[in-house]
Amino acid sequence: MLAGVLHQIMSGLATGGIYASVALALVMIYQATHHVNFAQGEMATFSTYIALTFINLGFPYWVALAGAVVISFVIGVTIERVLMRPLANAPVLASVGVFIGLLLIINSMSGFFFDYTIKQFPSPFPDHPMLGGYLSGHELGSTAVTLIVLISVYLFFRHTRLGLAMRAAAFNASSSRLVGVRVGWMLALGWGLAAGIGAIAGCMVAPVVFLDPNMMSGILLYAFAGALLGGIDSPLGAVLGGFAVGVIENLGGAYLVGTELKLTLALIIIVAVLIIKPSGLLGRRVYSRV
Amino acid sequence: MTNMGTSARTPWLVAVLALIGTVWPLIGFSNYHLFQLTLVVVYAIAILGLALLTGFNGQISLGHGAFYAIGAYTTAILMTTWNLPYWATLPVSALVCALVGFLVGLPALRLEGLYLALTTFALAVAVPQVLKYKLFDNYTGGVQGLVIDKPEAPFGLPLSPDQWLFLFTVAVAVVLYIVAWNIVRGRIGRAMMAIRDHAMAAEAMGINLPAVKTSAFALSAMYTGLAGSLGAIAVQFVAPDSFNVTVSLFLFVGLIVGGVASIGGTLIGAAFIEFVPNLADLVSKAAPGAVYGVILIAVMFLMPAGVGGGLYMLWRKMARGNAVATEQPADPGVAPLSTRPAPRMTKT
Repeated sequence: MLAGVLHQIMSGLATGGIYASVALALVMIYQATHHVNFAQGEMATFSTYIALTFINLGFPYWVALAGAVVISFVIGVTIERVLMRPLANAPVLASVGVFIGLLLIINSMSGFFFDYTIKQFPSPFPDHPMLGGYLSGHELGSTAVTLIVLISVYLFFRHTRLGLAMRAAAFNASSSRLVGVRVGWMLALGWGLAAGIGAIAGCMVAPVVFLDPNMMSGILLYAFAGALLGGIDSPLGAVLGGFAVGVIENLGGAYLVGTELKLTLALIIIVAVLIIKPSGLLGRRVYSRV
Repeated sequence: MTNMGTSARTPWLVAVLALIGTVWPLIGFSNYHLFQLTLVVVYAIAILGLALLTGFNGQISLGHGAFYAIGAYTTAILMTTWNLPYWATLPVSALVCALVGFLVGLPALRLEGLYLALTTFALAVAVPQVLKYKLFDNYTGGVQGLVIDKPEAPFGLPLSPDQWLFLFTVAVAVVLYIVAWNIVRGRIGRAMMAIRDHAMAAEAMGINLPAVKTSAFALSAMYTGLAGSLGAIAVQFVAPDSFNVTVSLFLFVGLIVGGVASIGGTLIGAAFIEFVPNLADLVSKAAPGAVYGVILIAVMFLMPAGVGGGLYMLWRKMARGNAVATEQPADPGVAPLSTRPAPRMTKT
C-alpha cells in the first residue's frame, strides 16, 4: 500500500514536471500581457511534430529537440509580433477569440501536415525501471530535463541583463520604456521562450501519451490547474502548482475517481482554487481601481 | 437595441421573412437539405443561448457544448429509458439545463472575464469523459451512446419525417427567438447589458448582480440545452465523442462570426458553422478548423461586431444616410467590445 502510494507520488511528480513546464509557459505570457494562451497546448503539439520530423530525417534525438525548440521560438516570436501586438489593450473577448482562432488553426495545421493518426514518439532514455522500480527510465529522464529547463529559466530571469529587462517589461511597461527597454521585443521574446518551453514539454510527454494533434488538450487543462493553484502571476507558484497537480492527479486517479475522470479532477481543482483562493498559493492579490 | 428592432414595421418584415424561410424549404428542398437546415436552426438556438450570456451579459463561456450535451442526453435518455415522446422531453430538458446553468452560474459569479473563459474551457474538455463514465452506463449507453427514433408527422399530416422535424424545430425556434427578443429589449435585458458594460455602476443603480447573472446563466443554458435536445432528435444519435471540446469552440466561433450581441446574427453564425465545414471538407479534413480559425481572427480584427452587427450598421447607414450614421457609429447593443474595461481580476 505504502509502496503503491509512493509509486503514485513519484510518477505524479514525473508528469507534474510536464505540467509545471506548460504552466510556466502560460504564466510567462500571462505576466507580461494578461492573456491566457489557450493555444499553448496546440503550439507544443506542433513543436513535437517538428521534432519528430527531424528525428525521421535521421538527426540525433537531442539535435532534433534543439531544432524544434529553435523553430518554436521563432514561431512564438512571430505570433506575438503579428497577432498579439494589436491586442495589447483589447477587451477580454477579443483576445479569447484570437487565441481560440489560433488554437483551431494550429490544430488543423498539425492534422494537415502530419495527419491524424496516432504516432509513437521515441524517448532518449533507457526503458528499464530505475530508483528501485519506482520510476521508469523515461519518467526519471523527463523529470531531470524539466528540472534543468525550470532552473535555467530561473537563472536566466534572475542573473542575466536580458532576463532583468524582460521582467521589467512585464512588471511595468511604461517605466521600462523610459529606461530604454524595448518592451515590444521583450514581450515577443517571452512568447518565444514560452513556445520553446512548450516544445520541450511536448517532446517529454509524447512518448507517454503518444502523438496526435489533440495530444496536449488534457495536459493544457492540468497546466491551467497548476498555474491557478500556484498563482497565475507567480512563475515559482506555477511550477510548484504543476508538480502538485501531477501528484493530485495520480493519487486521485489511482485511489479516488479512477482514471476515467482524471480530466474532471482538473476541472474541480480549477473551480476550487478560483473560488476558495483566486490568487493561488503564491500569487499576488490584484486590486483594481474603478 | 438589437439589430432588428428599430422601426414598427420590422417585426412584420421579420415575420414574413421567417415564413418564406420556412415554407420555401418545406416545398422545394430535398430531405437532406432540409436536415441541414434543421441543424442550422438548432445551432442558431444554441448560439442564441451563448449570445444571451456572452454577448448581452458579458460572461464569456467557452464551454456551452456542455449544456448542448446535457440537453441532448436528457432527451435521448428520456426517449429511450422512459419512452417519452420527443416533444415531451423538451420541457424536462429545458428545466434540467436551466437548473444546471444556474448551478454553474453560482461559481461563475466569482470568476471574471478570462477566468470564466478558462473554467468553462476546462468544462468543455471534461464533458466527454463524464459522459463515458461507467457509473452512468445504464442511462447514457457509455461510449456507444444512444440511438433514438425519428419522429413521424402527427395527425396524419402529409409530411415526410424530415419535413415535419424541420417544421417542429422552426416552431420551437420562433417561440424561443420571440422570448429572447423581448427579454433583451425589456428590463432584464437592460440589466444584463448594464452589468456587461459596467458591473459596479449597474450595482450602484440597484441591479441585483448575483440574481441577474445567475438567471442569465440559467436562461442561456436552457436555450443551448434545448438546442441540444432538438439536435439529438434531428441526428437521432448521441455519443460522448460527438460532444467534445470542438462543439463548444464551434458555438463560440458561430457567436463571434454572427456578432456577439446580435440576435439576428445568430442565424448567420449558425449557417456559417453548418455550411463552411461542408465546403471546406472538400479541400481537406483539416480545412474546416483552419478556416474557422482564420475567419475568427479576421472577424476579431476587422469586424468586431460580427457579420450580423456589420450588416446592421451597413443597413442603418443606407437607411438613414451617412450623416446620421457617423454621428452614432455604433449601436450600444451590437458593439460591446470597445466599451469593455481591460482584463483584470477585480477584488473588492
